[in-house]
Amino acid sequence: MGKNILEFRHVGKKYGDNVVLKDISFDIEAGKFYTLLGPSGSGKTTILRIIAGFDDATSGDVYFDGQRINDVPANKRQVNTVFQDYALFPHMNVAENVAFGLQIKGVDKKTIQERVHQALHMVRLDGYEEREITAMSGGQRQRVAIARAIVNRPKVLLLDEALSALDHKLRVDMQTELRQLQRQLGITFIFVTHDQEEALAMSDQIMIINDGKIQQTGTPVDIYDEPLNHFVADFIGESNIVPAVMKEDYLVNINGQDFECVDAGMKTNERVEVVLRPEDLDITTPDKGKLVATVDTQLFRGVDYQITAHDLRNHEWKINSIHKTTVGQQVGLTFDPEDIHVMRYNESEADFDARLDSYEEEE
Amino acid sequence: MRQKAVFIVPYALWIVLFVIAPLVLILYQSFFNIDGQFTVNNYLTYLTSSVYLKMTVASVWYAFLITAVTLVISYPTAYVLIHLRNKQFWLLLVILPTWINLLLKTYAFIGLFSRNGSINQFLQFVELGSHQLLFTDASFMFVAAYIEIPFMVLPIFNALAEINPSLINASKDLGATQWQTFRSVIWPLSLPGVKAGIQAVFIPSLSLFMITRLIGGNRVITLGTAIEEHFLTTQNWGMGSTIGVILIIAMFIVMFITGDTRQKGGRQ
Ligand SMILES: Nc1ncnc2c1ncn2[C@@H]1O[C@H](COP(=O)(O)OP(=O)(O)OP(=O)(O)O)[C@@H](O)[C@H]1O
Ligand SMILES: [Mg+2]
Repeated sequence: MGKNILEFRHVGKKYGDNVVLKDISFDIEAGKFYTLLGPSGSGKTTILRIIAGFDDATSGDVYFDGQRINDVPANKRQVNTVFQDYALFPHMNVAENVAFGLQIKGVDKKTIQERVHQALHMVRLDGYEEREITAMSGGQRQRVAIARAIVNRPKVLLLDEALSALDHKLRVDMQTELRQLQRQLGITFIFVTHDQEEALAMSDQIMIINDGKIQQTGTPVDIYDEPLNHFVADFIGESNIVPAVMKEDYLVNINGQDFECVDAGMKTNERVEVVLRPEDLDITTPDKGKLVATVDTQLFRGVDYQITAHDLRNHEWKINSIHKTTVGQQVGLTFDPEDIHVMRYNESEADFDARLDSYEEEE
Repeated sequence: MRQKAVFIVPYALWIVLFVIAPLVLILYQSFFNIDGQFTVNNYLTYLTSSVYLKMTVASVWYAFLITAVTLVISYPTAYVLIHLRNKQFWLLLVILPTWINLLLKTYAFIGLFSRNGSINQFLQFVELGSHQLLFTDASFMFVAAYIEIPFMVLPIFNALAEINPSLINASKDLGATQWQTFRSVIWPLSLPGVKAGIQAVFIPSLSLFMITRLIGGNRVITLGTAIEEHFLTTQNWGMGSTIGVILIIAMFIVMFITGDTRQKGGRQ
């Protein structure tokens, strides 16, 4: 376990009567890559603003390296930000923008030049030193903004949708690049995005935020495989979410049909929701299937087919399959007990973790 | 295309009738002497006479002083205004005096500054005695600056309002103190407003004549006063026009100096 570089304790934020953050608490371990993932308006930027010191928390405490920093001004914090709107200085050229932080610190000219050069190389903007900002494209500006922050080698780097303006290929390249950089320099990254694929690909830890609350924190695999609630399951990846009843431990009833599963620790006959990922559903012949469904649509997506089908009770299922089928055909759907993930209504993250621990120990 | 041409007509008419025609007329007039004969003597007189040169220097000097005083007052004013909650309202209060006729304001100051004016009455009341306030350089500067301040505040206010607040956050984020942020971000970005303000104040100040007479008591004789004298008193339109041409040239020089030096989007 590394030590915590940053801690939020019951942080709340209001703008007038508008409650934007509700009792946010989390620990950020030094040297890791964190992602804040959530829909638009959920409060991601607000969290970054409080970390950077542009906004004050209405309540609660923020600790940096063990020190309470609620009252430390932004320019004294060892944090740098890549702004959602880039915030590049329009009256300076690329090199001057990147050099700004170092100049303020009084670093000598030669070192500045070297490090600016390095930083621009890192974001693939070699040779752009003398360009005016107004003569750069959106994606190029975004990379200048990254260079301007990273050149200072802060302890914590905040990136607000830092790759959103890039095309797919450059974006994937930059994801790898950022990840490498983060490992190399040992800087803690807090990366904001509403692109879940990006979050899954890059992060050590993901924090899912909705409506000013942290819904779930965990590794990408944890969050993908064991979403805490409907919101998380729906937000991360594609999913089939169906209401069900928990008959007993390891037995769940979906639409009147019993299925073996690997979840436990709930009340008998408790109403729950079940998540089945589209890629976990396999298509077979109707007689071999656990469910029988009729194919409605089929879409080829390069790697696989995205298929929708409805079962006998008219419930719609999403299936991702590498095998082709025919629209209108009756097929069987199978899945393994491990593919079923059961979610309780209104379970808190702590209760969820405790329940998982309790029956996983038994095994 | 045709429709667009129609919309141009009022603008073109305006420019031709009220901008180009008067300029041509002034230039034309400046080549005639008082007897209506063609001559370049007006220019020679201007360039060789110490009276006119002194007058020019005085005009430029006072215009410079007025601009400097106005700027020193207006920049902080605009800076404070921008941070107020009801900034539009406070800005309106600053602009309000420009809606009142210049002459009226000037007469109001005569009422304030004269021997029996409100200020002297107050001074007498606190036993500091009565003083000559009107017809001094100080009162002239004061009134001129008072009248010009809104024209300086407005463009600076607009330039400051246009600065993206993220830029100030970015500057702090990169470690800059309040003062460093002002010096390297806010000031350079507000410079276009400052330049516009200088243009709006310096050029009219060169040719002030009403205030020089009524408040300055003709102690300060500027090119503006000289033009008025030539046109209204000595009837030497040629000389008046010549000084007019000089003022126009001065105007272009000021515009050139305060123009945008750094082209947007291009290289230096
Ligand atoms: N200065 C402000 N005054 C009032 N409300 C604000 C202010 N700034 C943000 N908000 C509100 O706070 C909420 C959270 O905003 P925030 O910018 O943190 O969202 P976000 O998660 O970053 O969204 P996005 O993905 O669109 O950037 C929004 O509902 C927004 O309207
Ligand atoms: Mg945001």
